[in-house]
Amino acid sequence: MVNWANFVSQLFNGLALGALLALISSGLTIIYGTLGVLNLAHGAMFMLGGYAGYVAFTYTGSFVIAVVAGSLFVALVGIVMERVIIRHFYGRPHEDQLLVTFGLSIVCVEVVRFAFGSQSQLVPPPPLFSGITPLGFMFYPTYRLAVVGIIAVALSALFVVLYRTRIGMIVRAGIEDSTMVDMLGINVYRVFMIVFGIGAMAAGFAGIVNAPVVSLTPGIGDDILVQTFVVVVIGGVGSFPGAVLGGLIAGEIISITSMFNPGYAYVMLFAAMALVLVLRPYGLLGTRGRE
Amino acid sequence: MSDKINHYLGNVSRRALLKTGAALSGAALVSPVASFPAFAVGDQPPIGTWPAGSQGDTVFIGASVPRTGTYAVQGEDELKGYQLAIEHINEGHELVKKISPKIKTGVLGKKLTLGVADSAAKPNEAVQAQQRFITENKAVMITGGTSSAVAVALNKLAQREKVMFVCGISGSNDTTGKDCVRYGVRQNFFGQTAAAAIAPVLIKEFGKGKKVAYMTPDYTYGHTVTKSMQDFTKDAGWTTVTNQISPLGAPDFSSYLLNVANSGADILINVNWGHDAVLSIQQAKQFGVLDKMKLVVPYQVPFLARETGGLMAGVFAATDYWWTIEDKYPLAKMFNAAFEKKFGYKPEWGAENAYISFVHWARMVEEAGTFYPPAVIKQYEKEETIPSLVGDVNYRKEDHQAIRPVIIVKGKQQKDMKGKEDYYDVVEIVPGKGLMQKPDEFGCKLGDYT
Repeated sequence: MVNWANFVSQLFNGLALGALLALISSGLTIIYGTLGVLNLAHGAMFMLGGYAGYVAFTYTGSFVIAVVAGSLFVALVGIVMERVIIRHFYGRPHEDQLLVTFGLSIVCVEVVRFAFGSQSQLVPPPPLFSGITPLGFMFYPTYRLAVVGIIAVALSALFVVLYRTRIGMIVRAGIEDSTMVDMLGINVYRVFMIVFGIGAMAAGFAGIVNAPVVSLTPGIGDDILVQTFVVVVIGGVGSFPGAVLGGLIAGEIISITSMFNPGYAYVMLFAAMALVLVLRPYGLLGTRGRE
Repeated sequence: MSDKINHYLGNVSRRALLKTGAALSGAALVSPVASFPAFAVGDQPPIGTWPAGSQGDTVFIGASVPRTGTYAVQGEDELKGYQLAIEHINEGHELVKKISPKIKTGVLGKKLTLGVADSAAKPNEAVQAQQRFITENKAVMITGGTSSAVAVALNKLAQREKVMFVCGISGSNDTTGKDCVRYGVRQNFFGQTAAAAIAPVLIKEFGKGKKVAYMTPDYTYGHTVTKSMQDFTKDAGWTTVTNQISPLGAPDFSSYLLNVANSGADILINVNWGHDAVLSIQQAKQFGVLDKMKLVVPYQVPFLARETGGLMAGVFAATDYWWTIEDKYPLAKMFNAAFEKKFGYKPEWGAENAYISFVHWARMVEEAGTFYPPAVIKQYEKEETIPSLVGDVNYRKEDHQAIRPVIIVKGKQQKDMKGKEDYYDVVEIVPGKGLMQKPDEFGCKLGDYT
C-alpha cells in the first residue's frame, strides 16, 4: 500500500539529493571528458570545500563569505594540483592516474584529520533559511529547499560558461578531441588547468553549500565519491547534461526505493548502473567511443 | 658489502659451521624447558604464538581500531584506553594493582608493547592487520573492534590462529552468541543487555502501546540490537511501524527520515552508531522528526552528546559507563583522574571498555602464571568475581561474556549542566545478572582449546 503523501515527499527529496549529486558529478565529468583523467581526489575536493568554508565561517560568521572562500580555495587547490602533479600524468596509463589521484585524496583527508580531528564540525545554515517549511503535503527543512535553488543557479552558471562562452566552446571541443584543439593552435594545457580548476570548484562549492545539511568529517568526500561515479556512468562520461540527468535519476532511485525497502536503496542504485552499462555502455547522454 | 660477507665466511671452515649448527639446534631443543621451568612445557606443545611470542623481555599486543571512516572518533577513544592500560601495567600503577594484585611491572614481569592498525571498521582490513601482527610480531593477544562485523571476523581469526582476541567494543548479540569462539572474550554490554536494561525504564516513562520507528545500520550489530529492543518492548504492546535500514557510513539520512516522519510513530529508536548516529540525529532535527516523536538511543555512542550539540537533552540511552558514577565506584574515580590527567577530558565508555578489558586479560595471565592460551582461557572460565571500574564482575564460562551492569542515562538540558562535560544524568545502574540471556539462547558453541 503506497502512502501517497510519503511518495510525493520522497519524490521531492530525490530531487534535492539529485541536485547535489548533479553538481558534484558535473565537475568530475568535465574533468574526465577534457583531461581524460579519472579524478579520485574529487571527493576530497568536496570535503576541502566544506572545511575551507567552515574556517571562513568561524572567522567571519558570514555564510556568503564561507561559500565564496570555500569555492575559491578549492579552485586554487585544483589549479595547483593540476600544475604540480596531474599534468605529468596526461601521457601515462589510466592506472597511474588513478593511483596518483587516489594518493592525493588520502593526503588531503589526512591533512584535514590532522588539523581538525575526526569529530564532526557544524556549519549552521544562514538564519534566513533556518527552520522548517510546510509544503502542504509535507514539512521540509527550509535550507534544503534553498539548496535546490542555489544548485540550480550554480548549474545554470556552469551551463552558461560551457555553452555560451568562448572558453566553454574550447572546453567542449577539448572533450570531443583534445588533439585537434591542440593542432588548431590553442594552448590545450592552459585549458586543462582551467577545466581542472572549474571542476574542483564545483565540488568545493557543493561541499560548503552542503555543509549545513550534513556535519563535516574528514571522510565525507569518500562516501559521496562512489555515488558520484555512479552518476557519471549513468549520465555518460564527459557529458554535462548527462551528469545533471544522472544525478537526478540517482537521487530519485535512492529516495523512492527507500520508501519501499530502505535496505535496497543503494542496491537499486548499482543495479541501475549495471543496467545502463549493459544497454548503453556510453551512458544515457554520453557519446559512443568516449567511455 | 658482498666482499665483507665473503671475508667473514672465509674465516669459518665448513667443519666449524657444522659444529656450530649442531650446537644451536641442540640448544633450541632444550631451551624452552630451560627458560620456562614453571610452565611444564613438556606436556604443552607450542600453540598459536606460544611460546615464541613470550620468550623475550617484552610481549607484543596487536590492536586494530577504526581511525578513519564512520567510527573514527570512537576508535581513537578506544585506542586511548589501550594506551593508558599498557602504561599503567608497565609501570605497575596503583589502579591496575587493585584490579590485578599480582601485577608488579608488566605482565609476568614482561613489558607490553602495542602495535596499532587502522581497521576503518572493515572486517577484511582488521583481519589482514591482525594476521600480520600474529605472523610477524608473534602477538600474544589481539584486541580492538568497535564494529561488531570486525569483532566477529577477529573471533574467527583468533580461533583459527589460537591467539586470544579480547574484544574492545562490540554491541552485537552474535559476538558472544552464534559467532562466539573459545579464543574470544567480551567485557562490554550488548544488544540483549542494553534492551533488557532500558526497556522497563522506557515503558515506565512513555507508557504502554507505543508505535515505534527504528533506524538500523545494516549489519550484525544493528539487526541484533533492533531485534532485542523489539523483543523487550513487545509485552508492553509496543509495535514497530517502520524499520529504516541504512548502510554503514550513509552520506545522507533524508529519505529514511521522511519515512520515519510519515510513519505516525510516537518514538524513534535510533540504533545507528558513530558518525551515522550523529548525522541521523542532526538530520532528524532538521526534518522536524524530533519535535514529533521522542528519541531513544538504546546503545549509546561515545561523544554523541558533545557532537550533536544539545540534541541529546531529555533523551534516554543505555551505556557501559558514564564518568559521574565515580561517586559510587572508587576505581572509576581513579580511572577518571588518570585518564583526564593524560588526555585532558573525561573518559567515555569506549576508553573505559578498552582499559578494563585489557587489564582483565592481564589479570587472567598473571593468575594463570603463563601466557599459554588454553590456561588463560581456563582462568576466564573459572567465573571468579573480579574488580572492574563498575563494581565486581565475572566472565561466564559458557559464552565468555562478562556479566556487568548497564547504566541508563538521560541527557541533561543545557541549563542543568554543571560544567561542559556534564551531559547526562545517571537514571539507573542495572545489575548485569538479570539482563543476560540463557547461555545457549543465541546459539553459542565455543569450540576447541587446542
